Amino acid sequence: MIKKFDKKDEESGSGSNPFQHLEKSAVLQEARIFNETPINPRRCLHILTKIIYLLNQGEHFGTMEATEAFFAMTRLFQSNDQTLRRMCYLTIKEMANISEDVIIVTSSLTKDMTGKEDVYRGPAIRALCRITDTTMLQAIERYMKQAIVDKVPSVSSSALVSSLHMVKMSYDVVKRWVNEAQEAASSDNIMVQYHALGLLYHLRKNDRLAVSKMLNKFTKSGLKSPFAYCMLIRIASKLLEETEAGHDSPLFDFIESCLRNKHEMVVYEAASAIVHMPNCTARELAPAVSVLQLFCSSPKAALRYAAVRTLNKVAMKHPSAVTACNLDLENLITDSNRSIATLAITTLLKTGSESSVDRLMKQISSFVSEISDEFKVVVVQAISALCQKYPRKHSVMMNFLSNMLRDDGGFEYKRAIVDCIISIIEENPESKETGLAHLCEFIEDCEHTVLATKILHLLGKEGPRTPSPSKYIRFIFNRVVLESEAVRAAAVSALAKFGAQNDDLLPSVLVLMQRCMMDSDDEVRDRATFYMNVLQQKQKALNAAYIFNGLSVSVPGLEKSLHQYTLEPTEKPFDMKSVPLANTPITEQKTEFAPVATSKLPEKPGPTRQDIYQEQLAAIPEFQGLGSLFKTSEAVQLTEAETEYVVRCVKHTFARHMVFQFDCTNTLNDQLLQKVMVQMEPSEAYEVLHYVPAANLPYSQPGSCYSLVKLPEDDPTAVSCTFSCTLKYLVKDCDPNTGEPDDDGYDDEYVLEDLEVTVADHIQKVLKPNFAAAWDEVGDDFEKEETFALASVRTLDEAVGNIISFLGMQPCERSDKVPENKNSHILFLAGVFRGGHDVLVRSRLALADGVTMQVTVRSSDETVVDIILASVG
Amino acid sequence: MTAQTCPRQHQRTTMEIASLEPSLYTVKAVFILDNDGNRLLSKYYDTELYPSMKEQKNFEKNVFNKTHKADNEIAFVEGMTIVYKCSIDLFFYVVGSAQENELMLMAVLNCLFESLSQILRKDVERRCLLDNIDGVFLVVDEIIDGGVILESDPQQVIQKVNYRLDGSEQAYGFDLFDYIIGNIDGQTDRRQCA
Repeated sequence: MIKKFDKKDEESGSGSNPFQHLEKSAVLQEARIFNETPINPRRCLHILTKIIYLLNQGEHFGTMEATEAFFAMTRLFQSNDQTLRRMCYLTIKEMANISEDVIIVTSSLTKDMTGKEDVYRGPAIRALCRITDTTMLQAIERYMKQAIVDKVPSVSSSALVSSLHMVKMSYDVVKRWVNEAQEAASSDNIMVQYHALGLLYHLRKNDRLAVSKMLNKFTKSGLKSPFAYCMLIRIASKLLEETEAGHDSPLFDFIESCLRNKHEMVVYEAASAIVHMPNCTARELAPAVSVLQLFCSSPKAALRYAAVRTLNKVAMKHPSAVTACNLDLENLITDSNRSIATLAITTLLKTGSESSVDRLMKQISSFVSEISDEFKVVVVQAISALCQKYPRKHSVMMNFLSNMLRDDGGFEYKRAIVDCIISIIEENPESKETGLAHLCEFIEDCEHTVLATKILHLLGKEGPRTPSPSKYIRFIFNRVVLESEAVRAAAVSALAKFGAQNDDLLPSVLVLMQRCMMDSDDEVRDRATFYMNVLQQKQKALNAAYIFNGLSVSVPGLEKSLHQYTLEPTEKPFDMKSVPLANTPITEQKTEFAPVATSKLPEKPGPTRQDIYQEQLAAIPEFQGLGSLFKTSEAVQLTEAETEYVVRCVKHTFARHMVFQFDCTNTLNDQLLQKVMVQMEPSEAYEVLHYVPAANLPYSQPGSCYSLVKLPEDDPTAVSCTFSCTLKYLVKDCDPNTGEPDDDGYDDEYVLEDLEVTVADHIQKVLKPNFAAAWDEVGDDFEKEETFALASVRTLDEAVGNIISFLGMQPCERSDKVPENKNSHILFLAGVFRGGHDVLVRSRLALADGVTMQVTVRSSDETVVDIILASVG
Repeated sequence: MTAQTCPRQHQRTTMEIASLEPSLYTVKAVFILDNDGNRLLSKYYDTELYPSMKEQKNFEKNVFNKTHKADNEIAFVEGMTIVYKCSIDLFFYVVGSAQENELMLMAVLNCLFESLSQILRKDVERRCLLDNIDGVFLVVDEIIDGGVILESDPQQVIQKVNYRLDGSEQAYGFDLFDYIIGNIDGQTDRRQCA
């Protein structure tokens, strides 16, 4: 019975697996042999091995059968065969969760743990702790304490590591072993030292002072274990981050000194810690970067990988710090490990010059199909960042991206590419047609609904304005035939936009619409029917309102208003103008999409800032009946930053009123302010109706008071006004420590800076995706035009910026960006004036000595046009 | 890939490096596969990582597909850093988080490989490994405990495991000889010479 396996098995070739055809039931049957006397160690060992192998392969054991096998196994403790005993410990650990009553082996394990055989003691401790719960832990506490300080390293290590595992379960008990752990930390054995340090930190991590003391002690005395050094570096950098200590702290010095450690592991850990610290200066980074540079030429792939990955990270924030390593990185782009090569190239793309781009891109394309999706995303992100840096390279990039789009890859990867192409199209008008063509080709075979709908939307927006829109129709209609409901619906919307904008395509679009009206999905049918009817009217205004420029109201606001409407039965039709407008998405976000992974979380349509204010104001009885909040402006500071009282004002505009919200903070710890209000003196016919004071304003707790102002009704053109403001309040001195105020107080006042109301406060920004259509929709009934000379402005950029901030309107068609080296520019602005009138401004700018500006204003209301022109002048 | 699996994939594909929580829990998983990608041994120490057997096997398959063509030592799969080594018809993998010190993982992998090549007498191939799988289980158990690196020196591991190679008549000859002359302690050394 010496041979473990049948001869037959062996002859069938070395490729066969002796465990291949194991049957769980047969093995359990065999396990009965455990009960035979005398015990046959070899056979028992073989069966135990089979059980562990089966468990490892994921075989499911029922509680009954597991318990039975477990109990049979306990008999094997009678044998003194070493390997068999060790396999019993493994079985105990493997079965701890599936068998019942595993605690039955406690006494056997305790015996082994305290016995003479050192080979058994460590493993026995680990097995015992695996099956011990909080109540039983008290019983073995004495043994554990002894084991932690045992002179045999394997015993001490096992006890320390097992204690660490049990901290989660019984923190209070393990905490009492801190002195023993402390003693173990000064052991000569490197692993014991490491494990003791780990346990000590875990027990003390919530006590910053204790951690700091511990660090101090170990960094001074020095450790032998490189693992322990890595741990110390991590603890030190965490503490640095938490305490926001400067880089002159001894902890930083310690980390830096580790750059000179003899173990590469420690050196790398230290370099990585420095690189990941926030606000590191280039000078502080330099030593870390230079050790990473050395690692780049290491024969060990893991070290090269670690180094280049960390350098890549540095390059995101401090590209110049990595420039010194460019030569070493160049050598890595042919590395046989593609991950290393990719990271090297993407790092070079960040640090290199425009001239090297072509060469690097060529290099990447040679192996892009071999690397994993994670790295492909890294490559796409690098390209995206590059496109923003060197817009002229877009044709190279576009080509490369389209090739990548054709390869296989997961959703994340495809999404990164599509986002990147879209951003190129938006930045470079000349790349639009090629970009759209690539995207069209992509949706022909795209399994991701999200991407397909996104691209269809883009096609609908950009396609009709290209020189030959008809070529996109085929791609879009194919989607209607082949795809899921969501994609079909998006395709119908895109088709409608083509029909609305291109008269010669209209008949064919109508035919296609007709077919979509037979669709099996009701959303698709509804959309088709709706667009069909709108298109048949052939009225530009209708097209603009219902096809190009969708709803501009905030969706949560609309939901609330509609709900309100259904609650109050009324004869009046629902008025869209009563719904608060959506705050336009901030286009700036696009530029932030640089090296970081694409948006982390699914964007939630949470309440906007304005929705929150609306709720707050609605809760104040004085402000009921003002209607819905039209616009909330950005806060204006009415005091210097470091004064006794800090006051800032937020202006809320309603249809006929304005509410001024003053957020006040009292920075004096020996004063309590009461009945705080801001008195306002208007310069024009504005009438202050009501003040809502803040009852109490204790030290450093912000409070708000409000003023309600009625806008002049008889003179609608009086849109601007200056208010002189004074803060009035009752002061009570108080004890700085307890905050207990005196009984008596005295009235006092504090002069604030003047508050301006301008035309921008009356206009809400609205983005019109298709400005030309909106322009036609409003029509020229009330069009007015005037020319101004802006003498003080020197560049077109400055002029555009000034106009936008002055009028507070939304720039459309990306007209806020002035192309380089141009002498003239047209700016399109859109907004809604208080009361719900659309306002559109077209402003032609020409640069001569100063800037000459011709402003054309259109609106559905004549007064509004006059107001705008008057305020510009 | 279907749309349902996207959110998870999403988390995993970012290579962003968050700050490291100092901890001894270094190793997320260890596994040994044969040259068809079948699992011979595998241990997952982070129960949240791949809770079900199906996910574990998928992960192993994915890792295998990305690594078996070239012996590149290190890879990044599903948001995890993976160090690996192949020997004849076996693949050894050690898995850590994206933020983990790659060299620590390498230390574990090297220790595992060295220890096994010693107990298998340099015969690190599938058949021999399976014949001595009990010893392999014990070696892994001595190197990593619940994700903590317990030992990184192969000599120490061999000493602690004290495993007798099986399937070789010769070895028993020595055992018997040793037994007769009462030289129990010298076993390990003797066997290494052979």
